[in-house]
Amino acid sequence: MSDSIVVQDNKHEPVVFTQKELGWLPWLEPLPEAELTERHFAGLVDRSRAKSDYFRLLVREPEVLEARTKTDKDIFYNTADGLPRAERELAAAATSRYNGCIYCASVHARFATTYSKRRDDVQRLLDEGIGADLGPRWNAVVRASVALASTPIAFGQEHIEELRHVGLDDAEIVDVINSASFFNWANRLMLSLGEPTMAAK
Amino acid sequence: MSTETRDIIDLLAGIEPGSSLDGIRARRLQARDNAQKSYLSLFEPADFGDVPATDRYAVAAFVGGVHGEPTVANFYLTKLTRAAGRPELIEALKAEIERGKTRGPYGAFPAGPLSTEDKTGLIYHVAEDRKAILGVKLAAALEHAHLLVFRPRDAKPADMQGLLDAGWSSTGIVVLSQLVAFLSFQVRSVAGLRTLGASLAPAAVAAKAS
Repeated sequence: MSDSIVVQDNKHEPVVFTQKELGWLPWLEPLPEAELTERHFAGLVDRSRAKSDYFRLLVREPEVLEARTKTDKDIFYNTADGLPRAERELAAAATSRYNGCIYCASVHARFATTYSKRRDDVQRLLDEGIGADLGPRWNAVVRASVALASTPIAFGQEHIEELRHVGLDDAEIVDVINSASFFNWANRLMLSLGEPTMAAK
Repeated sequence: MSTETRDIIDLLAGIEPGSSLDGIRARRLQARDNAQKSYLSLFEPADFGDVPATDRYAVAAFVGGVHGEPTVANFYLTKLTRAAGRPELIEALKAEIERGKTRGPYGAFPAGPLSTEDKTGLIYHVAEDRKAILGVKLAAALEHAHLLVFRPRDAKPADMQGLLDAGWSSTGIVVLSQLVAFLSFQVRSVAGLRTLGASLAPAAVAAKAS
């Protein structure tokens, strides 16, 4: 069987960063929902993800998807101690802004707004980019995330010191490192396997 | 091939059992365990399926190498050497790593207000005379890996077509994409934790106190 790409007629490609809800259109065929087995559902982790083209494309490799999903959930949702959720989402949004993932930035900018109640500051990150002045604590998180996203990786002692200076302890710094690093994974999948669309799905 | 039982991020970041960072990582146990499971399912799966082990290790060594992270690159080069046993392949790969090194991220945004932020940079292609050594599929994979590492916002459906034309299946492309994207996470976790670890080392603490 020879595979082929999916040609998308996307008339509503977003051309700016936004906090609005976007759709995502795949460039390769997702597995048909009717063909999913228990092995695939284990990979999806949440059965409701069977409705998503993105996850039904990634579930072509279920074991990797399952491990990736569980890594993601713990890094972002496990706030038993450590960095507040809002700042983990800020790290994800800043990384996505810098790498250029409009879709990922939309989702995590929305979450950053939800958990911080600082919609205008989040929007300034999207509009002005990674140099926007968001106050010392958020600036430190954004700068650390950008340094980690750079290739070669530019994260150094000065970033650790800046994070400590604004009040983060070592465990919280690890949460910044995890959140920002993880979005270098997520951005590359969303950017290279499909495209965002303004059309609600 | 022996299964890797050590935690790879700890190993590459130099995190010792019982250290302060080891304790902090233990508070995010599900993330730590599943980063390790991601590694195992990409590099030591029960069934390599559409993507042979040698291609996986070669792409991984390339990704670590073009990041300028020799510890990560050498880890995968060692695995490749064991699996492939072809010195000319290793030499070709090392030469391509040097040719691929640059600074990212760069690339173009969708045409519009963001176009002022477009940034040009190296469009990497494998050297013609090395394609015979690497093979068509691996050469295409290295070019795609470079795209994903340095200019992911440039990715287009044509890049998927290029991989299909080189003999990759849709499932193989998903595996390749996960592999490069996972490594982009792994090298940053390692670099970040190593940097934090250095600031906690006794010498650093003593220097601060004095």
